[in-house]
Amino acid sequence: MGSVRLEHVFKKYDSNIVVNDVNLNINDKEFVVLVGPSGCGKSTTLRMIAGLEDISQGTIFIDDSAVNDVPPKDRDIAMVFQNYALYPHMSVYENLAFGLKMRKYSKDEIQERVQQASVILGIKEMLERKPKALSGGQRQRVALGRAIVRKPKVFLFDEPLSNLDANLRVQMRTEISRLHKQIETTMIYVTHDQIEAMSMGDRIVVMHKGIVQQVDTPLTIYNNPVNKFVAGFIGSPTMNFFDGKLLLQDSLAFEASTKYFSLPIRSEIVQRFMPIVNSEVSLGIRPEHISAKPQNSHSQIVNVNVVVTEPVGNEIFIYFTIGQAVEQYVCRIPSDMQPQTGRAFDLYFDVSKLHFFDKTTGAAL
Amino acid sequence: MTSSKNKKIILRILTHLVLVIFTLIAIYPVLQVVTISLRPSDKLLSTSLEIIPQNATLKSYVSLFTDQPFLLWVRNSALISLTVTLTGVALAAMSGYAFSRFNFIGKKVGLLGLLVTQMFPATMLLLPLYLMLIYLGLINSYLGIIITYSATALPFCIWTMKGYYDTIPISLEEAARIDGCNQFQAFYKVILPLASPALVITGLFSFMTAWSEYIVAAQILQDTQLWTLPLGLKSFEANMSTEWGLYGAASLIVMIPVVALFIILSKWLVSGLTLGSVKG
Repeated sequence: MGSVRLEHVFKKYDSNIVVNDVNLNINDKEFVVLVGPSGCGKSTTLRMIAGLEDISQGTIFIDDSAVNDVPPKDRDIAMVFQNYALYPHMSVYENLAFGLKMRKYSKDEIQERVQQASVILGIKEMLERKPKALSGGQRQRVALGRAIVRKPKVFLFDEPLSNLDANLRVQMRTEISRLHKQIETTMIYVTHDQIEAMSMGDRIVVMHKGIVQQVDTPLTIYNNPVNKFVAGFIGSPTMNFFDGKLLLQDSLAFEASTKYFSLPIRSEIVQRFMPIVNSEVSLGIRPEHISAKPQNSHSQIVNVNVVVTEPVGNEIFIYFTIGQAVEQYVCRIPSDMQPQTGRAFDLYFDVSKLHFFDKTTGAAL
Repeated sequence: MTSSKNKKIILRILTHLVLVIFTLIAIYPVLQVVTISLRPSDKLLSTSLEIIPQNATLKSYVSLFTDQPFLLWVRNSALISLTVTLTGVALAAMSGYAFSRFNFIGKKVGLLGLLVTQMFPATMLLLPLYLMLIYLGLINSYLGIIITYSATALPFCIWTMKGYYDTIPISLEEAARIDGCNQFQAFYKVILPLASPALVITGLFSFMTAWSEYIVAAQILQDTQLWTLPLGLKSFEANMSTEWGLYGAASLIVMIPVVALFIILSKWLVSGLTLGSVKG
């Protein structure tokens, strides 16, 4: 068992609240990713679970036992650090064995576990080397190995891949996911990279300014963000937002505050928005829901000015403005389309994929 | 292409020339002492430029060990210096760690206080130290001189250790604490071995402070049985005449442990042991 529960957890530094009333229930064997921008409190939350930071208020439970006053060594957790934190004066073998030695395991058991972990992670050939003789990827594997040899209840990862290059990061991402399936242990993973979060987590916890914004599966968060922050944070390139009003003329429609375009609201959801007719709202649409050709009956044409095109291989990112407005927006279209920079271009907004947010609170409507 | 190559060569020659000149300036006094210690008569000055003088003799060296209580001074100096070194290293290692890692009331004041003590010359501290040792009944004792030397060496040692600990990533300790160490185990199993270059510097500094110090020792150690090497050496200097041969021979022998320590510990002085532990 390795469930983790956070109840009204706060972390304060003097008057500065960095973790604000966090409530979380992480199930046994679950892979939960804490994601958010720098300074959102995700690492502090993880460190409080690890016991490396005191909890200002609230309770953390591991397997239904409160661990607020339990030192890190007695929490039965393992942690992989962003900067690997390998012991430089010890060989890879000694690094892996250190935790087991401290727990007074027998020599045979230590050897068996280290061998097992080194085979799983493909570091068997490097056991005698010192960390400085390893590449970044190898060091990260050793750091993972040091965690798995102990067979803890909970694994904690603090941005473990952020020091690796792009290719290695993708490779290690897959490896950690594979490892999770193989060893079936609870994993809590902190990252600021929303792609990592989306691709690895069973559930994602989006944090902002110390507050949990949304906890759900990656797809639910992507499709139904609870507020403008989550909508903007998850997805790359980021969601486009337009300020405007919901107006009822012949039918209900969104009219941009710049007056350069309007989009009809689908009849299925009109009732939902009737109470807020004439209210100021923010409309959100993801770049992938704006296309260069009509995709379905929900596609609505909008004439835009192409500012920059960014080919990224299989597709092109188009940065555009609408009318005389200066705000830039982005969409992604197939690479066979060649819109000219500085020219007008017709794009199609999928109105079935629109998101609406309260202009003041940012909450999803 | 060729002119830049020539420039490089000229620059190299000039660099070496400067280095050679400075080496000669540094080594000349030592060579003079060697010459003096080998002269058959107790002469300080000579018109000869020979390093090994005519009729060179080891008489002074022999006399040092047979006619003088030189071995007693060596024993006293070694005992005091080693104790000061061990005390200095142990205390500085732990207090430097506390200053580096923990936040506590008086941390800033404490660090500043340690720094301020370094601003006073040793001679200024003589009287208060002497008075304090009298009150404590520690005048003319090993303990008195050990406490004095440790106290004067510690501020520098603590700052050195603190500065070095600051460069060791805190995540190493955190990893150790998660791996099963308590705070103290994380310190001595992980952090202390990594701080060995700083420990070596601290140790050397403490040792040298005690090994070659004269002024404080002259006030505290009045009993000839407790004399350290610098006090012993000074005794070769009398009102009417000075035994320069013995002085020179003893000076060279006193130098040997310090030089040997530097050579033995030089590999530990090379920093960078933390390479590879963290990103990069």
